[in-house]
Amino acid sequence: MRKLKNIFFVLIFSVIVINSSNSAEKSPPFLETKWTFKGLFGKFDRSSLQRGYQVYTEVCASCHSMKYLTYRNLAEKGGPEFSEAEAKAIAASFEVTDGPDSTGEMFVRPAKLSDKFVMPYANDQEAKAANGGAYPPDMSVLVKARKGGADYIYSLLLGYSEPPEGVELDDGVYYNKYMYGNKIKMPAPLSDDLIEYTDGTKATAEQMSKDVTNFLMWSAEPHLEQRHKTGFRVIAYLIILTVLVYFTMKKIWSRVEPKV
Amino acid sequence: MSDHEYTPSSKFGKWFNDRLPLLTLANHLTDYPTPKNLNYWWTFGGILTFCLITQIVTGLVLAMHYIAHADMAFSSVEHIMRDVNYGWLLRYVHANGASMFFLAVYIHIFRSLFYGSYKSPREIIWILGIIIYLLMMAAAFMGYVLPWGQMSFWGATVITNLFSAIPLVGESITTWLWGGYSVDNPTLTRFFTLHYLIPFLILGLVVLHIWALHVPGNNNPVGIDIKKPSKDTVPFHPYIVIKDAFALLMFCIVFALFVFYQPNILGHADNYIEADPLVTPAHIVPEWYLLPFYAILRSVPDKLMGVVAMLSAILILAALPWLDTSKVRSAVFRPLFRQFYWILVADVLILGYVGAMPAEGLYLLIARVATAYYFAHFLIILPVLGWKEKTTPLPLSITEPVLGGSPNLAAARSDEKIEKSIK
Repeated sequence: MRKLKNIFFVLIFSVIVINSSNSAEKSPPFLETKWTFKGLFGKFDRSSLQRGYQVYTEVCASCHSMKYLTYRNLAEKGGPEFSEAEAKAIAASFEVTDGPDSTGEMFVRPAKLSDKFVMPYANDQEAKAANGGAYPPDMSVLVKARKGGADYIYSLLLGYSEPPEGVELDDGVYYNKYMYGNKIKMPAPLSDDLIEYTDGTKATAEQMSKDVTNFLMWSAEPHLEQRHKTGFRVIAYLIILTVLVYFTMKKIWSRVEPKV
Repeated sequence: MSDHEYTPSSKFGKWFNDRLPLLTLANHLTDYPTPKNLNYWWTFGGILTFCLITQIVTGLVLAMHYIAHADMAFSSVEHIMRDVNYGWLLRYVHANGASMFFLAVYIHIFRSLFYGSYKSPREIIWILGIIIYLLMMAAAFMGYVLPWGQMSFWGATVITNLFSAIPLVGESITTWLWGGYSVDNPTLTRFFTLHYLIPFLILGLVVLHIWALHVPGNNNPVGIDIKKPSKDTVPFHPYIVIKDAFALLMFCIVFALFVFYQPNILGHADNYIEADPLVTPAHIVPEWYLLPFYAILRSVPDKLMGVVAMLSAILILAALPWLDTSKVRSAVFRPLFRQFYWILVADVLILGYVGAMPAEGLYLLIARVATAYYFAHFLIILPVLGWKEKTTPLPLSITEPVLGGSPNLAAARSDEKIEKSIK
């Protein structure tokens, strides 16, 4: 009996080892960085989210949409928490087409808090045409849509290099060691001092990658902080209740049998 | 059923009960004599009822906000996650609830397999259970399609395409299921309707499942028939109720850990990409709880035979009460069966693992061996074991030891120990 069990554990284990060595060949381990949103009490780094928004709007937003986000989200609790005035000013710097008005005409007005993030392209076809046939994915839930999540996005942003010997790249295709198949149509988007942070932080490529990934994590999970907070309370409550029920059970069962 | 007649104490109670015997039912449920030696593996029935109710309640609220339309389903899910009050909680409970439901049902099924709960006189309970399990799979599969992500779309395409393997009418059936010539909006709307319907069918079957259970009463870890009520039984309330509550709370802690701290770990990242009929994902994999059957499906080179093998893998369970020829229920007294039982558990885990891997090379070979073994377990090993195996002696009752020696439990336990040490 024991022997048989052992044989099967060895078998399962070996299959797992074979598999992990296989997948290790496909992509290198992700770059390591500390995320404040991980863990039991994980929270977002507020100033990093604000800087991340700056990176998004000054760099990414020229190609990538974030269609599920609304300008009001920028001022909401658990997010970048811009003040309402700041969020209004951000919104007002974009123009949206509204209408029709009472005369039946469409008109352009500054965006309001209730407007969705303005899209860089009118439609998918225009987006593809402007980017060599590759559609820049919407970034609202991008972190959750990629295996590896935040670590993957962060590594990818910093994973550009010259292709190794023997790898031929077409025009408009770049080498990235974290990309599936290593070929990516997006040129390296971030480089040192590409933008100037309003809060004076030095804009290294690492800093910007980290900030924008934080921002994307928030956009994918806007209620992450509330989730962690509620989760801790729920589990603490459940544990206390479980202990109480356990002793109640002991007491009740002691009438018939000492051992439950 | 309880042997004694129940009469309500109040006059109104008696009047009402004579017309609709709800109080008799309530009395039966509280007094229901239950074997007192049930272990924690028996608490999963209650846990499963909890899972079903959780899915129905969260699903009901989600359906108020969800839009079953190919162009809007994905964004309506994002609307739930972002703008609906506690929408993220509802959706994560519902999505992880499906996984917890299957986790519990697998434990429930394997408990049955270990203690021979499917054997006479409980065949109908068992078969009702298999039907519930089949409906659960259908509901889960259709539920996974609703967010209209990449895995939703391509999973639906792969599974509905299986029906095209049926000779002659296959193609027409597939078109009929799709409501068109590919998975599209009509497919989504009908899947939504059915996903809403099936849980209520399950609820009805659960009532029958419990009703059928209350005729012979619970099996127990010793697997022998017991007198009810007797010193071997305790009334369902409060003894089993409090024990089930304790186990349920433990289960909820695990459930909460997933919901609040790893809500997406059991899902697939690709399902956060909106469905695109023009882009096929690199690997199309179903949810973890369907993986063993997916492995069986892919291990057969022929499409039709693959589908037949996959369906047989589930339907063979319905024949189990007759395939297992042993008169002894509990594996506790079946030393050989016990070993094969654990091999089967490992076999199913291996199938689940290779189901998640690409069907090629070593994985395919392992899948084939494991599939063959799965069927061999039910078709060859179990029938043969029934008349070859030498079982250990059964006790006369739960409280009385083997062959009715000394009348106390402590002595019975030490007997067991001696038996073990002899081995």
